[in-house]
Amino acid sequence: MLYREAGQFKASYQADQQIFPIRQDRVGFSLVLAFFFLLVPAVANQYWLQAILIPVLIFSLAALGLNILTGYAGQLSLGSAAFMAVGAFAAYNFMLRVPGMPFLLALVLGGLCAAAVGVAFGLPSLRIKGFYLAVATLAAQFFIIWALTKFPWFSNHSASGVISTQAVVILGYAFDTPASKYLLTLSVVALLALLAKNMVRSSTGRAWMAVRDMDVAAEVIGIRPLHAKLSAFAVSSFYCGVAGALYAYTYLGTVEPEGFNLDLSFKILFMIIIGGVGSILGAFLGAAFIVLLPIFLDNIIPQLFGGLLSSSFSSNLQLIVFGGLIIFFLIVEPHGLARLWQIGKEKLRLWPFPH
Amino acid sequence: MQFFFEVLIGGLLSGVLYALVALGFVLIYKASGVFNFAQGAMVFFAALSFVGFQEVLQRWGLPAAPAFWLAFVLTLGAMVVLGILTERIVLRPLVNQPPITLFMATIGLTYLVEGIAQGIWGANVRGLDLGIADEPVEWVMESAGLLVSRFDVFAAAMAGALVLSLALFFQYTRTGRALRAVADDHQAALSIGIPLQRIWAIVWAVAGFVALVAGLIWGARNGVQFALTYTALKALPVLILGGFTSVPGAIVGGLIVGASEKLAEVYIGPMVGGGIESWFPYVLALAFLLLRPEGLFGEKHIDRV
Amino acid sequence: MEKTHRARRGAPLAALAAGLLIALPALAQEQFIGLPSYRVGPYAAGGSGIYGGWIDYMTLINERDGGINGVKLTWEECETEYNNARGVECYERLKGKGPTGNTTFQPLSTGITYSVLEKVAQDKIPMVTIGYGRTDAADGRVFPWVFPMISTYWSQASGMVKFIGGKVGGLEQLKGKKIVYLYHDSAFGKEGIPLMEQSAQKYGFTLKQIPVAHPGNEQQAQWLQIRQEKPDYVILWGWGVMNPTALRAAARSGYPRDRIVGGWWSGSEEDTIPAGDAAKGYISANLSGVGTGFPVIQEVQKHVYARNKGNMEDKNRVGSVYYNRGIVHGILTVEAIRTAQQKFGAGKPMTGEQVRWGFEHLNLDADHLARLGATGLLPELKVSCADHEGAGKVKFQQWDGSKWLPLTDWIEADRAQVRGLIEASAGAYAKEKGVTPRDCSKEP
Repeated sequence: MLYREAGQFKASYQADQQIFPIRQDRVGFSLVLAFFFLLVPAVANQYWLQAILIPVLIFSLAALGLNILTGYAGQLSLGSAAFMAVGAFAAYNFMLRVPGMPFLLALVLGGLCAAAVGVAFGLPSLRIKGFYLAVATLAAQFFIIWALTKFPWFSNHSASGVISTQAVVILGYAFDTPASKYLLTLSVVALLALLAKNMVRSSTGRAWMAVRDMDVAAEVIGIRPLHAKLSAFAVSSFYCGVAGALYAYTYLGTVEPEGFNLDLSFKILFMIIIGGVGSILGAFLGAAFIVLLPIFLDNIIPQLFGGLLSSSFSSNLQLIVFGGLIIFFLIVEPHGLARLWQIGKEKLRLWPFPH
Repeated sequence: MQFFFEVLIGGLLSGVLYALVALGFVLIYKASGVFNFAQGAMVFFAALSFVGFQEVLQRWGLPAAPAFWLAFVLTLGAMVVLGILTERIVLRPLVNQPPITLFMATIGLTYLVEGIAQGIWGANVRGLDLGIADEPVEWVMESAGLLVSRFDVFAAAMAGALVLSLALFFQYTRTGRALRAVADDHQAALSIGIPLQRIWAIVWAVAGFVALVAGLIWGARNGVQFALTYTALKALPVLILGGFTSVPGAIVGGLIVGASEKLAEVYIGPMVGGGIESWFPYVLALAFLLLRPEGLFGEKHIDRV
Repeated sequence: MEKTHRARRGAPLAALAAGLLIALPALAQEQFIGLPSYRVGPYAAGGSGIYGGWIDYMTLINERDGGINGVKLTWEECETEYNNARGVECYERLKGKGPTGNTTFQPLSTGITYSVLEKVAQDKIPMVTIGYGRTDAADGRVFPWVFPMISTYWSQASGMVKFIGGKVGGLEQLKGKKIVYLYHDSAFGKEGIPLMEQSAQKYGFTLKQIPVAHPGNEQQAQWLQIRQEKPDYVILWGWGVMNPTALRAAARSGYPRDRIVGGWWSGSEEDTIPAGDAAKGYISANLSGVGTGFPVIQEVQKHVYARNKGNMEDKNRVGSVYYNRGIVHGILTVEAIRTAQQKFGAGKPMTGEQVRWGFEHLNLDADHLARLGATGLLPELKVSCADHEGAGKVKFQQWDGSKWLPLTDWIEADRAQVRGLIEASAGAYAKEKGVTPRDCSKEP
């Protein structure tokens, strides 16, 4: 009833090319943005900002990066966490060693370093496909973490290998409260998400998808697979790198190479699978799901079973339910949460008179 | 030179143990096209269940030897049940989904199995004694001055026997033939009346058996604890080298990975600060893949438009 | 069908919000302690042992004494899975609970320690890190809110050098000896290196460092190297599965186990039992006593386990290394609260700031330890404004094939040497972060 496109005519090519061609979507999206930019920082407490929203945003960005590579360009990668580490440590070293380095520039440079490393490890993708490539990206995962641990220069010779980040100051304003850090993160993530959305709609994005669907066929119709695959690796690693730098600067404040382990790479992969492969919205939904689910289980299971279960069993039960729910979601909706949202929208068009 | 051979032999024997874990991956990938990440968790589950059953049985007063074999049978039963349940609950509903979805499902399965294992048997770290002393083989020590572990030789022999019996099983039994048919082409196998789902359940059960053997050997070597799941990480480069679909490939790949990572740690490691065992096999496998993208014995894949 | 999907998706979020809003009812006479524990995954054995012992001790105080001067201890566990992000979430979640908020945060993970290092100062919650965490935080002038009590890694390394010196007949005899430092190739493993290098120079022994890649379930290459080197002693700075693997590999290459000296994260039952006979004779450092012989453990048996209120699923683990370390965590926490109550009012729940004062003025002399029934379980301890370590002592123990036996009494580290490194490192941190160290002569 409320949600339909009847009467909305596109008179120009530009109007037809909008991200949200339907007015209701535009209004809805503006409301969502206003909610997260204006209302949330005003009302959310430190717990929600610091422990929930900031990590969800950062992981969304990393998932977005992986989704570009895996969802759009079809290259499976298990090294996302390592690219995050590159971004974090590169940004740290730029801030440390270049006097007067502006934070946002360090963020971009961190991302670019990650992109360069990503391209280097993406080179084999020209010959290797599928799970062989996935296992090969594990080489990146282990090598990068090893290098960051092994060469103390990266962590400024810290005895424990942990780096603690410098204060974030942009144009004289110090981002030191949870709300300001949240807004900074949100702005960066929103900007990059917009960029990603436009990128996947451009010729670059179409080239990625063509390569994903069948690289030989793509080559036949004149798409350069070398260019498409490497650009996907570069853009994806850039996003992961920026996410890593934000992870260090606006979320934890201190990071160690071991924090970016294989487990984190898997978590990011989960986010895009649960959220929806090849969907920008999916990255956000997936990140929220994977971050919130364990916290939710940790809150609810001891309450449900209170005295009945020993604490060890209750912790293991969380793991069991987490694994079980992931399988359940994959079975019920293999295309992810974004697909559910799409189905919901289709229904809404006809609601309340489906027939 | 003697040192070189010691490292080489030690590496080859470790390599056989990697191959043992890799074998489980190969079996499942071959038959159902699933890259089963839960293999490491299955190794852990098997070893922990075995030790757990053993403890319970001995507490009931069973002597050591029957307790050992009864625990073995019970664990094998548990692994078969786990395999069948996995096929029923996880794989069957996900038929025809893209491989990555199946892969993610097996990671979900990993969490599930780890949680169940530690939930049932507790987080205690346990020892496991197979009755084979981990000592240097004396006559080799005396005649050649080389250090070769008796336990590693035993483990390698076990792995060899396992591979041989699997090869015979695939080659000469009816089920084995059906398995190979399914591996070749699901559709064609179905059309000639091979029950696909039963075959899958069998493969998962066999993979469970392989996981049990690997779990016993690794568990006796390093103790039965959560770290057994990491054995999967050692098996992955073996898989790339040997090819996901080849049983002999797993063995050869294992030997190459084991020997090269030990030699690299000893001879290249000191130059860069050591600890390179974590990534060296992967980089080696990567370099190798650039030359042969389908691994040593993998099936050549031809792209058609 | 789709409608039910949407409903399912909404339900967890709503329940999550509800779950987070339910706080503990604010009772006045309660002291809340948040426990960021981990009971799953690779570190579950350590987590369940230490948090189990700690919870048992708090139960003992509640059951036997009715709390601390009538103030009951309450606690809540939050599963971190040893993961930094989860740890931060737990920190934020536990922070505001109880009448006075969370009183102390002890995450048993160096990574989480670093992640909340600056937050604890802002939120005024003391953080205690026994045998892990940031070593230079022992300089209380720079880190007022962090207490790496009993011993830091550098004290442990120094204690090991002293112990080995004692074995070879005096520190001066170390000259010309060869020691291999076999370590987990991570930030944790490298922690002991600065002190070992300094000691090697000071005493003239050769130090050979050999890293083991995580997780360390393969050490053939390393032990063949050790066999070539023929060192007089091997220091094992390991973690998890690396420890039993090292012992097995040592046995295989014929290296005597009683010349391997492990650290306190290499010296629990979990590290030796899996190695079987290969572990027999192996020596390790520890910062707490082992066994059930201490009166305080007997009390726990009597007041907690006899009433079926124990936290350990496997009662045989009472008295094990990790369990006793948990009891030590409990004792230090409870005594700090007691000390704080003496100053700020007995029978009242203390705030984090007051408990911090309590930790900083903790003074456990021989009499006090005897009263607690913990003589030998932990060393005499005196924390001060400048020195947050308090003791700097380690004990050595030997595995006899089935249990740990005490081998030495407390051995004090070369505290001047350790302190020098700590102050240099803390000073560098203060300079980098623009922190002005406290002037301890002006502290109350």
